[in-house]
Amino acid sequence: MKVRFVIAGITCILALVFITGCAKNEADRVSIQIKGSDTEVNLVQRLAEAFMGKNQEMSIAVTGGGSGVGIAALINRQTDIANSSRAMKDEEIKQAEDKGVDPVAIVFALDGLALITHQNLPIDSLTLGEVAEVFKGEIANWREIGGPDLAVSLYGRQSNSGTYVYFRDNVLKGDYSPQARRMNGSAQIVEAVKTDKAGVGYVGIGYVVDDKGEVISGIKVLNIAKEANLPAVTPLKKENVRSGLYPLTRPLYQYTDGKPKGKLLEFIQFELSQEGQELVTMEGYYPVTAEYMDYNRRLGIIK
Amino acid sequence: MNLVRIKEKAIHFFFFTTGISAVIILLGIFLMLLIRGVQTFKDVPFFDFLLGIAWNPSAYGEPSYGILSMVVSTVMVTLGAIIIAVPLGIGTAGYIAEIASPKKRETLKPVIEILAGIPSVVMGFIGIVLVGPVIAKIFGLTSGLNALNGSILLAVMSLPTIISVSEDAIRAVPKDYNEASYALGASRWTTLIRVTLPACLSGIVASVMLGIGRAIGETMTVLMVTGNTPAMPHSFFDSVKTMTATIAIELGEVPYGTTHYYALFAVGAILFLTSFGVNLVAELVTVKHRRGRA
Repeated sequence: MKVRFVIAGITCILALVFITGCAKNEADRVSIQIKGSDTEVNLVQRLAEAFMGKNQEMSIAVTGGGSGVGIAALINRQTDIANSSRAMKDEEIKQAEDKGVDPVAIVFALDGLALITHQNLPIDSLTLGEVAEVFKGEIANWREIGGPDLAVSLYGRQSNSGTYVYFRDNVLKGDYSPQARRMNGSAQIVEAVKTDKAGVGYVGIGYVVDDKGEVISGIKVLNIAKEANLPAVTPLKKENVRSGLYPLTRPLYQYTDGKPKGKLLEFIQFELSQEGQELVTMEGYYPVTAEYMDYNRRLGIIK
Repeated sequence: MNLVRIKEKAIHFFFFTTGISAVIILLGIFLMLLIRGVQTFKDVPFFDFLLGIAWNPSAYGEPSYGILSMVVSTVMVTLGAIIIAVPLGIGTAGYIAEIASPKKRETLKPVIEILAGIPSVVMGFIGIVLVGPVIAKIFGLTSGLNALNGSILLAVMSLPTIISVSEDAIRAVPKDYNEASYALGASRWTTLIRVTLPACLSGIVASVMLGIGRAIGETMTVLMVTGNTPAMPHSFFDSVKTMTATIAIELGEVPYGTTHYYALFAVGAILFLTSFGVNLVAELVTVKHRRGRA
């Protein structure tokens, strides 16, 4: 009988050691949750992989869902970083503050939001005003702006998308045409426009170029002019976007609850480092301008 | 003796609870939808909600909460699915029940059951890469993401339900009917169309209603393939946004406790009532059918 007790005791002790041992290992692993923008998801995934490659103890999970979803998750304390392709709205900041969350915005890349059409559509440039009229449904046929006699087929995102909100507030300054299709993600817009000879859509620049920086086949990236008397420029050239000459230049944000600390800060510093910014370029987006770097510096994120 | 009795009572109570749990859950879900949904009407007049064409809660200016377009969209997609699925489903059921040799029947039935097991997201995928381009090509459209695409996929998804329920109904027709028909010199075809199917009509109606119930609540597939335009549809070639897709798309990011949040529950409540009504009719028809034969 006694032997049994001894065996049982040893088993218990071993189990205890084993469990605590595991727990200790788990505690050493630092995990970061990142959620939000579909525009940013591939880019941040790539940055996270590079960072995890250097820091074996890190585990970073990047998921999409749209900027609105990321911001909602930050407010509900379900994520460490909210990716967002738009600035937080005042009411969202207020909601966050009501829940004791203090959102801090970091700009880690620039996007030249691209307007894409089917490759065979004989339209190369539009003014920002024309783009707005097209997406508001006021221009319903390509013929009206010098194209073929085809009904315009609009592809946009759903309301949880930061790009949807950015485009509405900065380009349309009004409501989308009810005929605009609401797609799940940027990749789906690209696929749809590829097969639709009257299609036009908007996606982050990272979605229109491949690994070599070439525009993927089947689509065309439109040149956009801010006003009729200004030149129409392409978002495919770095200088057009970084100088702000391309009118749909926008910062890509990451929001954290309070100033980031510890490993979270290290990850963000990595994103803003030269290596991180090179990865940003490789994904098709553009490095942060000096202006935004200064902004990040004033936050105390980088030196 | 007393102990046995207590045990008996306990077991009885246990089975009673499990038995009515489904009812409690059903009522709970309905009440939750109703209580939240009703709060919409503090801000939105009931008839504006029911009969308004524009649904744009995240508008640049004033938000609008009219569900008519999405109700029409849902009805359209479902109706299209049923128009495609019913002849196909009843034809298959007739073939399996009356014509196919036992060997063919044994192969066909499991295949149809597998059809029921295809995940809806896979169906949506097929709709995007296969059905959409084919529709666009056949009808000369620029895009195949429309109501027709949704209808075709929903038809395929509701086929297994329609086939298996109809087949049971056809098989339940007494053999005497067929034999009497053959004895009068009727062909197999005439017998199936004129004798067997009319005899089990209520069973077939029930199968169709269940198929509708299946189609009306489907979310992922329609969300992926119908293009999601909030406009009022005018034909099957227009993109549509169904009630289920609206809830699925918008609930993820809506702040709790807002009119938009409650309006989505109200849409859910209407969807629930619709599919409840459809299933109720199916149930009533089936019961009548059984009683008619007994």
